[in-house]
Amino acid sequence: MTQNNSEEQDLQTLMDKIPDNLWVKCPFCKASFYRKKLGKYYECPECSFGFRIGHEKRISLICDEFTPINADLKTSSRFDDEKYLSKLDKSRKITGLNEGVQTGIGKIGQQSFGIAVMDWRFIMGSLGTATGEKLTRLFEKCTDENLPVVVFSASGGARMQEGIHSLMQMAKVSQAVADHSKKGLLYISVLTDPTTGGVTASFAMEGDINISEPHTLIGFAGRRVIEKTIQQRPPKDFQRAETLLKNGFLDAIVKRSEMKSTLAKLLAWN
Amino acid sequence: MTKSAYDRVMAARSSNKISIHDLVAGLTDDFIELHGDRAYGDDPAVYAGIGTIDGLPVTITSIQKGFDTDSNIERHFGSAEPDGYRKALRLMKQAEKFNRPIINLINTPGAYPGVDAEYHGQGYMIAQSIMQGLNLSVPYISIIVGEGGSGGALALAVGDCVWAMENSVYSILSPEGYATILWKDSSRAAEAAEQMGLTPEDLIENGIIDKIIPEVCDTETINSLKNELLKKINELKKLPKDELLDNRHKRYRKFN
Ligand SMILES: [Zn+2]
Repeated sequence: MTQNNSEEQDLQTLMDKIPDNLWVKCPFCKASFYRKKLGKYYECPECSFGFRIGHEKRISLICDEFTPINADLKTSSRFDDEKYLSKLDKSRKITGLNEGVQTGIGKIGQQSFGIAVMDWRFIMGSLGTATGEKLTRLFEKCTDENLPVVVFSASGGARMQEGIHSLMQMAKVSQAVADHSKKGLLYISVLTDPTTGGVTASFAMEGDINISEPHTLIGFAGRRVIEKTIQQRPPKDFQRAETLLKNGFLDAIVKRSEMKSTLAKLLAWN
Repeated sequence: MTKSAYDRVMAARSSNKISIHDLVAGLTDDFIELHGDRAYGDDPAVYAGIGTIDGLPVTITSIQKGFDTDSNIERHFGSAEPDGYRKALRLMKQAEKFNRPIINLINTPGAYPGVDAEYHGQGYMIAQSIMQGLNLSVPYISIIVGEGGSGGALALAVGDCVWAMENSVYSILSPEGYATILWKDSSRAAEAAEQMGLTPEDLIENGIIDKIIPEVCDTETINSLKNELLKKINELKKLPKDELLDNRHKRYRKFN
């Protein structure tokens, strides 16, 4: 669920302004280093944790070419709660997107594919009706045009402000994934930090191949909800990519600096 | 006096609510419970099997709460684990193989939030139940009996129609959870419930459910539900499979 995201958004805005000669701290291994050591890929030099990045950066690291689709699509005006509208407004300003996911057709070399990148800065990457619609239309277009799809998930889960309509997106997108799959087309799901809730419980876990980056947080229920239910502290790494790999729910963990070449191979081999 | 949304939440959670077990016993002439997910275990929160309704074989899968403290602890108060969803999906696919209609009965506050549930792929199993469930080519009817909590309920509610009992709710999270996240105050649950649109009337208006069923509490109401089910199943059975799936596709594609 979407909580405390304004705090995190502000933190990111702050981080973007940090000059290269300042120290940053890895949120996973807590190592401190000069910001410029994050390098082009925004990876921790100590543990390879991929720092959170927005859609523009992600697309530039993966695609040689990219053409967005359905960029104007917005959530329905029937959601008119003022607090929600101001959150949408703020998210749009920060991300330059009308909705929490960027979708389009990308290219690596000569290989075309549908690509979606959820942006965690947009109300914590929550799955709203327009997010679901953009993802659905991407899968539908790629089904029509015989293209593979790569989705980079990053989400706090369902978008609470859109209530049960948000929940229905899990079914709507899953249906589009299934139609794409029935045509024998490849879907690679890349779960990035953090992928939780209704997104984990739908399209993020429906790939032919599900991959992630080192130490990515992946889970269904939130840590605090689990703590409250079982009255115990879960192990520190219980929802990290390495644990999911060990338990059989991921195909591979790929460093961000190797993601593009890995995707290029998987796309070419299918 | 009309009931507030929170009254409805309370009624949906009430211990006077008919148990899934009694509902199954009342709907079927005969019923055999089937166990196990063939991979890891047998989740007692998921009650499933094959039975007949007026002689017609059907597969029923359900998520049930307990009837006392012990059974509630065993069933995590009606919260299924991944092996529960795996069992339900296994039996739904078996129903497809033998061309049996599927009836899913739902009374769950949500999928179980536990460490083992995470380790065993709670997210993955809900995702697969949704994706594969949407494509089962037999009549598939779900009934929200009491609580329909989030993805844990949706996993068993992606068929041709979703009905809800009069005293039931279906929502993205509990009103307490909603109030905690929005206002950091779980005591404002009643206010949250009003905003959430979780009553059957709200849900039907938004096309989330297709029918409100009178609260089942005696032989008369259970027989009336049985007749409604048979009527709907016979209607769905007449459709060619591609038309059945096409209609279902439209049902979920329209959620904008
Ligand atoms: Zn690190």
